[in-house]
Parts: sequence; structure tokens; C-alpha cells
Amino acid sequence: MKLESKVPTGPIEKSWDKHRFDLKLVNPANKRKFKVLVVGTGLAGSSAAASLAELGYNVESFCTQDSPRRAHSIAAQGGINAAKNYPNDGDSVWRLFYDTVKGGDFRAREANVYRLAQVSNGIIDQCVAQGVPFAREYGGTLSNRSFGGAQVSRTFYARGQTGQQLLLGAYSALMRQVGAGTVKLHSRREMLDVVVIDGVARGIIVRDLVTGKVERHWGDAVLLCTGGYGNTYYLSTNANGCNVTATWRAYKRGAAFANPCYTQIHPTCVPVTGEYQSKLTLMSESLRNDGRVWVPKKKGDDRKPDLIPENERDYYLERKYPAFGNLVPRDIASRAAKQMIDEGRGVSGSLSVYLDFQDAIKRLGEDKVREKYGNLFDMYHHITDENPYRVPMRIYPAVHYTMGGLWVDYNLMTTIPGLFCLGEANFSDHGANRLGASALMQGLADGYFVLPYTLGGYFAGTKLPKVTSDHDAFKEAESSVNAHTNKLLAVKGKNSPSVLHRKLGHVMWEKVGMGRNAKGLNEALQEIPAIREEFWKTVAVTGTGEDFNQTLERAGRVADFLEFGELLAKDALTREESCGGHFREEHQTPDGEAKRDDEKFCHVAAWEYKGEGKDPVRHEEPLTFDNVHIATRNYA
Amino acid sequence: MNLTLKIWRQKDAQDQGGLVEYQVENVSTEMSFLEMLDVLNEQLVAKGQDAVAFDHDCREGICGMCSLMIDGQAHGPDKAATTCQLHMRRYKDGDTIVIEPFRAKAFPVVKDLVVDRSAFDRIQQAGGFVSVNTGNARDANGILIAHETAEKAMDAAACIGCGACVAACPNASAMLFVGAKVSQYALLPQGQPEREKRALSMRAAMDEEGFGHCTNEYECEAACPKGIKVSNIARLNREYLRATIVSD
Repeated sequence: MKLESKVPTGPIEKSWDKHRFDLKLVNPANKRKFKVLVVGTGLAGSSAAASLAELGYNVESFCTQDSPRRAHSIAAQGGINAAKNYPNDGDSVWRLFYDTVKGGDFRAREANVYRLAQVSNGIIDQCVAQGVPFAREYGGTLSNRSFGGAQVSRTFYARGQTGQQLLLGAYSALMRQVGAGTVKLHSRREMLDVVVIDGVARGIIVRDLVTGKVERHWGDAVLLCTGGYGNTYYLSTNANGCNVTATWRAYKRGAAFANPCYTQIHPTCVPVTGEYQSKLTLMSESLRNDGRVWVPKKKGDDRKPDLIPENERDYYLERKYPAFGNLVPRDIASRAAKQMIDEGRGVSGSLSVYLDFQDAIKRLGEDKVREKYGNLFDMYHHITDENPYRVPMRIYPAVHYTMGGLWVDYNLMTTIPGLFCLGEANFSDHGANRLGASALMQGLADGYFVLPYTLGGYFAGTKLPKVTSDHDAFKEAESSVNAHTNKLLAVKGKNSPSVLHRKLGHVMWEKVGMGRNAKGLNEALQEIPAIREEFWKTVAVTGTGEDFNQTLERAGRVADFLEFGELLAKDALTREESCGGHFREEHQTPDGEAKRDDEKFCHVAAWEYKGEGKDPVRHEEPLTFDNVHIATRNYA
Repeated sequence: MNLTLKIWRQKDAQDQGGLVEYQVENVSTEMSFLEMLDVLNEQLVAKGQDAVAFDHDCREGICGMCSLMIDGQAHGPDKAATTCQLHMRRYKDGDTIVIEPFRAKAFPVVKDLVVDRSAFDRIQQAGGFVSVNTGNARDANGILIAHETAEKAMDAAACIGCGACVAACPNASAMLFVGAKVSQYALLPQGQPEREKRALSMRAAMDEEGFGHCTNEYECEAACPKGIKVSNIARLNREYLRATIVSD
């Protein structure tokens, strides 16, 4: 396997323009001859499907939910970054580029990040034109707020529902095309395999989740926009349906999987309350604009928060990182919270720290705080039955986002020609840690402004013979999907898929979580295959394959998490350094900060599947930094 | 606590369906309502029985996937909350809870508690958008929108498309859903060029899908998990009237 990044040469400011010019074009009349299959309808999938249809391509769009509007991008809260510099506070494309490369701990491709920063402004323009109701100042201009890892205010937002509003914008564009007949929509469909013919992706196999019917779909290109793999940990801020199945099955067909160990643990989530818990809820990073994070100075201090006087509180982020204060990047804030709790200074001995709004309420008044964060405060209130306007929120880190994903070149194409990967599902732009408000930016950048150009270049430069879904490769893929389903139904054990998923999640969180070490990772590499074996002996999947069967859906996803979790742990064990969200306890500075090893690990690790029971092969794509000086991150 | 559940079971769209009684034990007050159903399903699956099908995804009140009529109320007894945000501290030991799907002619049952809400997608396709292709936009601050207008548009745009308004309405009307979408665009300058066309076509699509008319019951507003106001229905009526006068 060869990893050719296809990054253009020359000055970085010009590279995207030059590349776009160098890409061949497809004549408008010929575009309708190409069929594109877009899997997933989050920000990346909806924006790509709509934009491609506008250009004249024949598009088919697939999602597991009952409507494309429900994809998990909907849950993103805080905002979207862009280098508009509307507040006149010194922002620029270059600064957004720099902050993102540094925030990612120098583990992302420079040219990709620069392009992301470059197209960021166009995204805001596009969304406003669609009628996305961003927050506005009294004069009618757009409002901005601050997010972690930046000293400028470059985040645009729609209350605490920015993801919802951006997704509904992309969804409305998609619905317009569906209504016009240029996009065919297939909802409640789950992609279970990629069909590769003569080394080129030419279709997918999906299961109709209502009837259980397995369908073959051919296309001239396949776009995977299927999100991240946070649910490998069982508990995460992801929606219940989020899974690794599409990307994992593509991996098994030859797409390299890059940097699976780069997982983001978000510092501000509602803490776990019990074993039955099915998900963790995020409290947006935007809250750190006005909320102050603290723990009692004394160990085991179990007084109520209002009885702990100011001088007995440790505002540890403000103390440790005075320049960025409460707005340090997520990986740093999460690790700091863990340190406090490991020192025994968690709230009343529990697994949480305070996020306190008393100062903001005093300064701004309760109404202003409600206008900025009302829906988040309500969510918190619903879950905990505590009123955050009166008592500080209790928060703890939780798995949130995954920077790793399918390896893609500068054109967003995987190692399988014709198979593209967009949004969180790919590995490309965030390095080892994503900055807040950058996921929405990347999803929409890929879908609106990158892929529509690069896909044209692929079509114009490739000879694609006509295929139909009668081809043997479709038959083979379909029968392997059916065999997998039948195997799951045949076990007839006693454990529901969730029971085994929870077991996997426990190992992942304890041994491949916020702090990792060789001993724990080696144990995880023993324990994960053991749970997998237990799964295939004891899983209970009731009902049939020819029916609406949520137990079967869940079982298929858990089976893939059980394979993928092992690759994640293996990648974490091999990366003998700490960077961003990947923290190896063996590699830290005396004050507990991440210590990179640029000599040995300044590269992307991309794993190649070699067959069942065989070890995957690790490939390296070296990273060079010609525009940003590679240095130790410093937020103090 | 221990609870008795009466749950609507229906094999598929053709099946008659009916209520089936279940006991769940050791429910904790911290659990969400859907986590309580997870517990029931884990027990059913362990006994070799079919799990109760219900729609859910984000479990934080934003995706609009979860539904359920709980004791006759869409999304249950809590105000301004989805089913996934409802917690068991609302109930006490020994309670009986009746759980049914959202019911409307335009929302046929798929299985058990799962219904087909694709009618909403089709209404959206009829005009719930601004016709602007990617790449056509001017600078975002080139369109000035007063703070109050943006806030009002956002109030309407907060709709999650769950369908509780339809389920709660005695006429199974979709006026709150359509009113919210039409309002968002009618309030904003971006929505002006297609303002009349949108009001007419979305209304026509709504009628075609088999949703009923509004008779000012206000049940929709009471059930809406996002607090969308019936004033959006009034605006929809005005927009429709305006469009019929303005058009040829």
C-alpha cells in the first residue's frame, strides 16, 4: 500500500487555488452521466449531496435515521469557527491555520489545515444565505464568541444549537434537490459493505432497516460521511446510533485507517450516575466563556459549594494556564480535571469538578446568561434535577469526538480509488486534538467546498467502465453481508448486545482512555479479543433478519466495535509519545503535560487490513512543517 | 421502584396491534425514561423475546427521533422536554404507565412504537428552503438582520421535527410544524424572494399528506418540546392569506 498525499507543492497560500486549477473539469452536460452514492446525512453528507446535485450529478443519499435531518451533527452545540475577523481582534486565515495546527499538537497535514481555514469564511456566507439564524448584534451584524485554544473571538453560533441550525440549513438544501428529483433519498438504510471492482469502489450494500431487505446500489463514486467512532467506548456524547460500521467495513475492503488512537475526551460533560446509563451529555465548550472551573483546595472537602469561601477554591485552569485560562484546548482541560480528581479533590469525593456561573450572573444578569446558554442550562436541569442558575454545574470529561478515521489524500480520497471520506469519518484536519467549533467547519468545508471540486477531478481523470449490480463483486458482497447477519442470529445466547458493548466500553475507558500506558494497553489487547469471543458465543439476537430489528442492528455495530477497539488499542500502544488527546503516561513532562517525540512520531500512522486473524500492517505518512514552527504547545 | 408498563405492540403496518403488559423491577429515579425501556428490552432479549421497537438517537433532546405517547401525552408529562429528557424521578413505586406510538393518519406505524414521519420531509421538499446554490453567497455581514428578528426566527427554527404537535392535536394537524418553518423564512430577508410560493406550496403539501386542519386547540404548543408558539400558526395563516392576494 502506498500513501500518496497528493499535496500540491509551492507556497501554501496558493496551493488550493493551484490545485483547483490543475484538476480537470467535467463538462456540465456530462455530469448527469455520473452517479454518486453519499452515505450519511450529517453536515458533510448533506452538504456534499446537495452541492453535487446542484452541479448536475446524479446523487443517491443514504441514512440510518428516519429522516436525514436527524444525523448527529444536529447535536453540536457551541459554534463554528471562521476567520472573518469581524470583531477586529487580529484574526486571519493564517491565524486560524496556525491555531488549528498547534491545537492538533502538530500531527495534521499543513496544506489540509490551511485549505480548511481558507474556505471557512465562505461557509458562514453560504449558511447565512440559506437562512441559518445565527446570533446577531443589535446593529444587525453577526455575533462572535470565544472557544478553546484561540485568543480571538471567531466562533459564530445560534444559541447552543449551532449544529442543529447548520444541519437544518444543509438539510434544506438537500430537500430542495430531492424535491427537484436530482437526489434520491434512502432513509432507514444501513451501509454494510463497499463493493470494489478491479480495485475501484463501485457500489455499496445496504440493509433496509424496516423490511430487512439487503439492497445493492452501484455508483461511479462512493462518499462515506458516516461520522466518528466514539461509541467504541460505550458511553460517549455520541448519539446511540453512531457507529464505526461503514468505515470499518471499508477498511476491510482495503481503505487504510489512520490514527485510530486519536480520540477526544471533552472536559465538560454531565457526570455518570449509574450502570444503566446509555449516554453522556455534553455541556458546550462555549460555557467556558463565562463559566469558571474549580475544585476545593482541600482534599475531601464535602461542604456545599456556596459554603466554600473564595480563598478555599482552586480555579485550577486559571492558575495553571493564565494566558488561556478556562479556554485551554479540550485535551488539556480534560487532563487537568483528571489530575484534580486523582488528587482526591473532586466534588465531594465524586467524579466531577465544578463549572460555576455565579460571577457571570452577577456581571451580566440572569437574563443575559439565559439568552446565551438557556437551552444548555435547561438540558442540565432536566438530567440532574439541579438548577445551574443557583448551584454550579458538576462536570466530568467524556469521550466526544474522534480525530482518527479513514486515511484520505488531499482530494479526500481513501486508498481505494473512487471511495471518498468526509467529515469526522476521515482523519485529515485536526491532528491529535480538535479545537472547539472546528468540527462543524470541517464537515461543511469538505461537503460544500472541497469534495465538489476534487470529485470532478477524479471523474475527468479516470476511465470508469459501466457496471451493473449483477456483477459478481455485488453478489459476493451481498452474500457476505447475509452470512454475517445469519451468524449473529444463529448464536442464540443469553447476553443482549448492550451487555457486551458495556464490557468493551469499560475496558476502553479504563485502559485506552484519558491516560494510557503500555501495561494497560497490553491488557486491553488481551481483554478485547476475549470479549469478542464471548460475544460470538453468548450474544442474544431475537427476531429475524427480515424485519425491523433493532437488536440485530445493535449487534452488528457492537461486533464491529469489538474488532475496531483492538486496532485502536494497538495504535495507542505503537505510538510511543504523548500528543493531543493521546496521552501516554510514560511520556510526560514533570508538570504532567504531553511530551511529543517528533524524532520518531512526526507522522500519520495508517493501518492496512491483511485478513481475518492476521496482524494489520502499519504504514507511515511523514508530516512536514514548513509554515508553522513545530514547538511544544504552551498555553500558560 | 417497580412499575407496570402497558406497551403498544404491533408487528408491522398491516398488523392490528394491541397493548401488552410488562413488569419492570428495580427502576432507579436517576434513569431516563428510555433507559428504563432499555432495561426492559435487555430483560426481554435475555428471555428470547422480541425487544420493543422505539425510535431514539441523540438522547439529549435535539435530534427529534424519539417520540411516544406516555399516558396519553406526547413526550410524557414534563413540559418543554422530549421523551429522552424525561427521567424516572417523575414516577413512584407501583405506577402503571401506558406507552403508545404517536398516532396520526399521516404517521403510519412501522412497528410497535415506531412511526413513519417522512411526510415532514416531503413538506420540506415542497418549499422549506431558500433556493441558493453553494458558492452564490455574498459576505455574511452584507445581510443585516436586527437582533430581535434573528431571535424570533431562531425561536421558530428551534423545531426538531419530532411530530409531537401532530400527535397531540385532535385533528392531527401539522400547522405548528409548517408554521414554524414558514415563519423562520418569512421573518428573514433571505426568505423574501420565495415567500408567497413557499406558503402556498408547503400548505398544499401538508394537505396532500393527510394532516388535519387547525381548530385552535393549542394542544400542539403544550406538547412541543421546544416551546414553539402557536403565534407561528397565526403567522402561517397570514402568510397564506397574503400569498393568495399577492399571487395572480
